[in-house]
Amino acid sequence: MGDWLSQPVNWVYALFALMLIYSGIRVVTSQNVIRAALFLVGALGSTAGLFVLLSAEFVALTLVLVYIGAVIVLFLFGIMITRAPLGRDVALDHPSRVVGAGVAIALFGFLSWGSIEAFGAAEVTGVGDATSTEVLGEALLGRFVVPFEVVSFLLLAALIGGITLARKDLSPAEEEAKEAL
Amino acid sequence: MLVNQFLVLAAFLFSLGVYGLIVRRNAVMVLLAVELMLNAVNINLIAFESYLRSPQAIGQVFSIFVITVAAAEVGIGLAIVLMIFRNRASANVDDFNLMRY
Repeated sequence: MGDWLSQPVNWVYALFALMLIYSGIRVVTSQNVIRAALFLVGALGSTAGLFVLLSAEFVALTLVLVYIGAVIVLFLFGIMITRAPLGRDVALDHPSRVVGAGVAIALFGFLSWGSIEAFGAAEVTGVGDATSTEVLGEALLGRFVVPFEVVSFLLLAALIGGITLARKDLSPAEEEAKEAL
Repeated sequence: MLVNQFLVLAAFLFSLGVYGLIVRRNAVMVLLAVELMLNAVNINLIAFESYLRSPQAIGQVFSIFVITVAAAEVGIGLAIVLMIFRNRASANVDDFNLMRY
């Protein structure tokens, strides 16, 4: 343990990990919907910090751009359009929290037991030898070009599907009234 | 840094997501919990990439795919929630019983 604490990079890890744990807990327990969405920003920001520690700068920047820049805004729109109560809302959680907590604790115990058994003292290579974006770009447009195109097609399909779902269809009478104008 | 400190953290985040998925009633909050779970998977992918060091950074490529699919999932999910809200005037998952017999 003392050996672990003597590495400064672990202090940075501990800082980000504590931020991540705190904001993650607040995301699922906060009684205020807007606060829950904003605590997700904190969770994602500290995840991006962890990615930088693991020498994945490009993925960290993508996370910040895509999630904090776009997805959170979408969530805030969703909260406002569905007119969720903006203040404290005690009915936000299901009354039987014990079941959820039991399942979550059992899952956490199982998953962490498995990983501790499998990777006892294995070390990761940390800061310093960053993956260059060049390597990542060559992998994306070389070996993984087909999945890359499939994912971009999926995004297009999701865009069209989202527009079709969220569009308001007019009834025939409204349609006529609109044409008469 | 050990691999385990990242794996256990990701496991904790995933369990938080499962807790939120079970306990939350508002459909938008359920989608937030799903985002937490996807984020935990990303941490796992990046940690294993940093441990195994594949020459083509395969773990990072896959986490970029996960981020993209998550963005598509949020867009479609919120459109569906919006659609149900229009028909049912509620975003509470307990009211979504359209598929019951």
